[in-house]
Order: sequence, then C-alpha cells, then structure tokens
Amino acid sequence: MPDRSEVRTDNGSENAVETSAHDILIIGGGGAGLRAAIEIAEVNPKLSVAMVSKVYPMRSHTVSAEGGAAGVAGKDDTLDDHCYDTISGSDWLGDQDAIEYFVDTVPKELLRLEHWGCPWSREPDGRVAVRPFGGMKKMRTWFASDKTGFHMLHTLFQTSLQFPSITRYDETFATRLLVEDGAIRGIVAIELRTGKIRAIQAKAVIICTGGCGRVFPFTTNANICTGDGMALAYQAGAPLKDMEMVQYHPTGLPFTGILITEAARAEGGWLLNKDGYRFLQDYDLGKPTPTPVLRSMELGPRDRVSQAIFGEFEKGRAFHGPYGDYVHLDLRHLGEHKIEARLPMVRELCLKYENIDPIKEPIPIRPVQHYMMGGVHTDINAATPLKGLYAAGEAACVSINGANRLGSNSLGEILVYGARAGRSAMQYIEGADGRTLQSAILTQAADEERRLEQQYLRKTGGTERIAKLRDEMSHTMETGCGIYRERNSLVESANKISELKGRYANVAIDDHTRTFNTQLTSALELGFMLEVADTIVHSALNREESRGAHQRRDFPKRDDNKYLAHSVVSRSAEGPPRIEYLPVVITRWPPGERVYGR
Amino acid sequence: MADTIILEVERFHPERDTEPSYQSFEVPLRADWMVLDALNYIKDQLDGSLTFRWSCRMGICGSCGMMINGVPKLTCETLLTNFAPGPVRVGPLDHFPVVKDLVVEMDDFMAKLQKVRPWIVRKDDFEPQREFIQTPAQLEAFHQFSLCINCTLCYAACPVSGLDSNFIGPAAIALAHRYNLDSRDQGQEDRLDIISQHEGIWDCTVVGECSVVCPKGVDPSLAIQQYKLTATKEWFKSFLLPRGKN
Repeated sequence: MPDRSEVRTDNGSENAVETSAHDILIIGGGGAGLRAAIEIAEVNPKLSVAMVSKVYPMRSHTVSAEGGAAGVAGKDDTLDDHCYDTISGSDWLGDQDAIEYFVDTVPKELLRLEHWGCPWSREPDGRVAVRPFGGMKKMRTWFASDKTGFHMLHTLFQTSLQFPSITRYDETFATRLLVEDGAIRGIVAIELRTGKIRAIQAKAVIICTGGCGRVFPFTTNANICTGDGMALAYQAGAPLKDMEMVQYHPTGLPFTGILITEAARAEGGWLLNKDGYRFLQDYDLGKPTPTPVLRSMELGPRDRVSQAIFGEFEKGRAFHGPYGDYVHLDLRHLGEHKIEARLPMVRELCLKYENIDPIKEPIPIRPVQHYMMGGVHTDINAATPLKGLYAAGEAACVSINGANRLGSNSLGEILVYGARAGRSAMQYIEGADGRTLQSAILTQAADEERRLEQQYLRKTGGTERIAKLRDEMSHTMETGCGIYRERNSLVESANKISELKGRYANVAIDDHTRTFNTQLTSALELGFMLEVADTIVHSALNREESRGAHQRRDFPKRDDNKYLAHSVVSRSAEGPPRIEYLPVVITRWPPGERVYGR
Repeated sequence: MADTIILEVERFHPERDTEPSYQSFEVPLRADWMVLDALNYIKDQLDGSLTFRWSCRMGICGSCGMMINGVPKLTCETLLTNFAPGPVRVGPLDHFPVVKDLVVEMDDFMAKLQKVRPWIVRKDDFEPQREFIQTPAQLEAFHQFSLCINCTLCYAACPVSGLDSNFIGPAAIALAHRYNLDSRDQGQEDRLDIISQHEGIWDCTVVGECSVVCPKGVDPSLAIQQYKLTATKEWFKSFLLPRGKN
C-alpha cells in the first residue's frame, strides 16, 4: 500500500506545513482524472497516485454531459470520416496528428468502458447502439440514454475504487503548483473539512480540472467550473492555448442555462422561430426535411447553429421573455415513446425547471456558454512545456477541437487523453531526477500558507463583495466577448477585467474560520476566473479574423495566411498577457471550406 | 403572493457552537427560484459564512441534498414557492454527522460504497474482443439501479440507518444489486457475503421511505427485498449443500 505519509515537518518557521508524498498527483476527479488514475494503477500498481479534487469525484461536471461519445463503430464508417468531420468542425484549427490519434483510439476506449460496466444503450441484438450528432456525417455517437456523462463518470469512479494504489484527497482545494528548479514538485492545497493547508509532493502532476464556464453569466457549466487548473498552470508559468475559442451550445433553458442535449435534435427535434419557421435553412445549413439528415440543418455544428439563433434575435424573429430572447426546440412530433426512451432527462429537466412537457409543448431555448476549446497548452503527449506537468480534458488544449468542438467529441477526449496523460507521466517519472528538494518546497509551501492567511483568512476590512465582482466579470465577458466580438467591445472588457483584478485585492471575507470555508474557496475561485477571463479577452482581441466560435464583426472572414495558428498566451510579470502563435499541425487535410447541408 | 419568504436555516459551527440553532433570513420569493437559489442569495448578499454544498443545479451531481421542512430533498430542484407563505426550514441531512451548517460528513457513506465492490467482477477472466452482448431486456434488468446519484437522501429517510449506522444502507445495496443484475458481472457471491454479514438488512421493514424520497426513481427498497430473498435461499442451500459452492 503506497503511503500517504503524514509527516509533520518543522522547517524552522512558525508555519509547519503538513506534507505527504506520491509519485503522480492528479488534480480533478472527473472523467479525465479518473481515466488517468486507472491507467496508472493498471499499468504499474506500485506507483502511488494521488487524486486531489475539490468535490467528491462523482460530483464532477462530467456528470452533466448528456448526449454521447463519438467513436467509429459501424461498418459504413471510417476513421478518416471521423477525422474529416472533426477537422472541418474545428474550422481547421485542430491539430491533425492529435485528431488522428484521438479518432483511432476512442473506439477502444469506449469499448473498455463497456467492459467496465458502462450501461451503453443497445440495439435489439445486444450490440452497442449509436446515434447521429451535430456535424458528424455518420452515426457514431455511443450513448447511455441521455445521461451519458453521468454513466461514464460513475462507471469510472466505481471502477477506480478497486485500485489500492489510488489515494483520494476528496474535497481538497488546490491553491498553487510547486515548481522548483524548472520542474513540477507538487501542490499546495486546502483540506476543506479541517481548513488545513498541506503540501502534497509528487514527481509529476496532471491537471484535469475541466472548464471555466462560470466566467460567463449564462452557462451550462456547474458551479465548480471555475478554471482552477488553467489558472494554476498559467500562474506557474505554463501557457494557455486558444482561449478565445469559447463554445456556445445552441440549446440552453432560459434563466437556468440548463443544457438540453444536442441528442434532442439528433433524434429529430426542430428549431423554430416565432413564426414556427425552421430558420436554419436561411443560414446556409441545408433544406428542411421531415427526418434528420446528417451534417445538415439541426445537425449542423454548434458554432453555426448558435450564430443562426443569434441572427434570428437580431432580425426580431425570436420570442421575447423575461430572460431575453429565445426560440423554440420542438420535439412534439417525436412522440411520447421516443422521448421517454431516448430523451428521458430532457423531459425531466423541462418538467422540473420550465414546468413544460416537451411531449405537448415546444421548449424555449437560447444559446448558452458550454465549453472551452482552449485550455492548458499541451503537445500530443498531454505534456505542457513545464517539466512534469500534464493536462487532459476540457482543462487542456491538445488541440482536437480547434475553433469549434463537435458534440460528443469531448467525452471521448477525456478518455483518450486522460489515459495518455497517465502514461506520459509514468514515462516521465522514470527519468525524472530523484533529488529531493524538501527544504525549498517546504519554504514555498509555507509562503503559500502565509499568503492564504494574510490575503484571505485573517484579512479584515475588505469592501468588495465576491458576488458583485463575479457578476461584473461575467457581465463584461458576455457583452464584450460573447458569440460576436469586435475590437471596441473587447478593449472595454479587457479594461474592465483589469479594473476587477485591482478591486479583487480588496475582496471582503466575512468568514475567518477554518472549517469548510466556502467563502474562502469562492474568493480563490474568483481569483482564478479573473486570471482566465483576462487570457480569453486578450486572445480574442489579438485574433483579427473570424473562425469557428470566434466571430469578429470587424474581421468577418477566416484568414489562413495569418491565423492558421494557435494563440499561445503566457503570463507576464506586469501588463497584459503575452500572446504568440504556433502553427496548426496539418497532416492530410489542407484547409478548405466548411460545407453543411449541401 | 407575498414577494418575500422567510428561510429558517440551521446553523452550526464546530469551532464556536455546541448545539445547532436556527437563523432566519428574508429572501425574495420568485416564481422560478429553487430553494438553492434562496440559499445562494443569502450567501451572496446577506451572510457569506453560510455553508452548503452545491454544483450542477440540475439534479444530477447529487451534492445539494438537505432537509426541507423535515423531508430530504435536492435543493436545486425544489421550488421555493411550494412553501409559500413560509417560513421554510432548511437543515442538514438527518442521520449524518454535521461538519458545518448544512454540510454533512460523507466518509461513512463513501466507505460503504466501496465495500460493496461496485465494479464488474469476472471470475473467468474472459474479455471479449468486442463488446459484451447485452440485450435491451438485459440492460433493463439493472438499469434503474444504475441511476443512483449518491445524493444520500435515502439514508436521511431510512429509519434503520437512523438507529444503526453500521447498516450498509439503501444506496449501497442498490448499487450492489445493480452489478449483480448486470449480465456482464460474475461477482454476486462476493457481494452477498458482504451485505448479508450485517444484520441491518434484516431490520429493514418494507417501509420503503428510501424509494419514496429518491429523486431519480431508483427503488432501493426493492433491491433490499430481493437481496433478502437471495440471502435466504443461499442460507438454506448452505444446509443442503454444506460444501456450499455450487
């Protein structure tokens, strides 16, 4: 049994920090983190794995994914088809080597999950069933009714429970990465229940902390999606990539932002404006047909469909509600049986949160922030430029999603690159230097403890309320950096974020106690979000073209001469973030036009 | 309808209090607000120290279970207007030690989950090249038991859990049952030993409070009754076939 050695090391200062040590430490207990942990535990049970998560793993946001996970399954489908759909979906910003590896590996990963007990929906003959999905020209999306993320997460979590080499630090909040001599050495984290600040040492760290949707006011993302891992990496000197690429999902419930899965359209749902007209036909997405046609109309990619809905808002052809404009998602013609069998959660959510029954009424929907294509910059091995630091899942940008992710590619990505991050970290620690830097690390940890004490726990007299700063941040992100952007709006948002970062230094904390201090964690999350928001705005300001989810009114065309490249954003000691460009990896698919519905 | 409502929230801080107490907050009564929205209003606007768990606010992550007027519920899917004109009482889940305010200790539950071996057990080491064939009917056999979100409302409702914390409890038994009924699994015997070891299962009456409060339509009570039946059969078998393993 690997040790969770509780060594209380007195390093001479008054703040003796509690420490423990592991071989590999994973931050985040969602799908990517769990998959990485299981990979390491299976391949080398002698390695000690720490999983640090601010919530119990089964609470992670993977749980909310609904529609499915794409992986070539049928005889009429090919790996190249899935590659092409993903690349054209990404508006050619995805790295084609990473996409080829992903597409080739994902069917094996989905099969492995089947062997671990994932309750995939089945065909009558007992084979795994697949469904259509937006932007995919073949049926290849595996699904577990419309609770795919929930079932995948619970299957992974339950499977992970059999491995004694995985030590979980549940409800433990990471505040800083420990870097010494150019390599990662561990983290500092707060154990929520006791408020103890501890240093957890590791030879390699994998960031699997998911997205940062809470930077925006209207999002499908859970409360926990605050970009912690992105900010931790960025603050430790690892760059972020393509942060301007923010996905809006076409169909969120007004007010709550709760996601109505794309599977609702894949099963045959229609998008209608206030005149009952299937308006997508006006946006170069094909002609309406009674039953769904792949890569057409309601099965177009998310960026284009969200932009079309926004277009209806601007033309005044939408409904007006208390929470802004909306259009209808109509499922009535699918009938009760199909809705109950394939979309039970859609019905459940509509009944509970909108008090409407989609069997009898159309669902009001509007585009809602959903996913970050951008994230911690990694190579195809899931490695960041910082030695020993890896990242996978939504927190990372490898990049298979480029400027627009296709629905059902993210659940596969967490498996494929979660496992790969685990293997890469294992390889790295074989060759990592064995020098112990105990004293330097403990000094850093003590510094971090002092910072948390001084800036938050013992601080009195702050005047800025967390909720107010958070609201102002998310408001400026939506108005300045939403579905459509332009120079003026972005400059305004950049200035606002800068102002908020200044005011954040004066944040008010009412709770100065140790036990489960969620006001402290909310303040830390806000700090992370402001950091991430800054990178989103500046990356968007710098990219003077329109590509995928990044639509600039002042630069409405794609510009492959200048921007067939990833934005790589690094923190500078003073002033705005530093942005460089890294060419996209093209293997077999030269840039072309994105064609849907024709 | 009045435009505000009083929330009486249970407060307990282990660094300060010996006993929990109630604190009243006046919050807006909005037609589309859940109880969770009211709690967040308090935390954001009135008292930043109020402590509770929440995340997905769509009834799937299982974090935000609390007692609302004495009944265990997910606060993210319980409409505030259901309790108008109020007041409405919000407390931590029954039958769990309280960490702070509305946050309860989950260690014991997490240990119980692990104890029932909730993963596919293969005795024959067979791993097919493709997927295991599983017909829709075979999927249906265990499907409802796979829908548990581990919110632990059933423990807060369970009279046996209230009296005896060693009882492995509704959600864990339902989870064991989920794997037992899965056509891909061969671990039923191991799990039976674990669960029937403790007499808690025999104390469970057919009250079914667990199934009533489940927000996901899981029927742990049915799982428990089916378990009892299997355990009884096995017990008889052990007399008929003393060497036991057939």
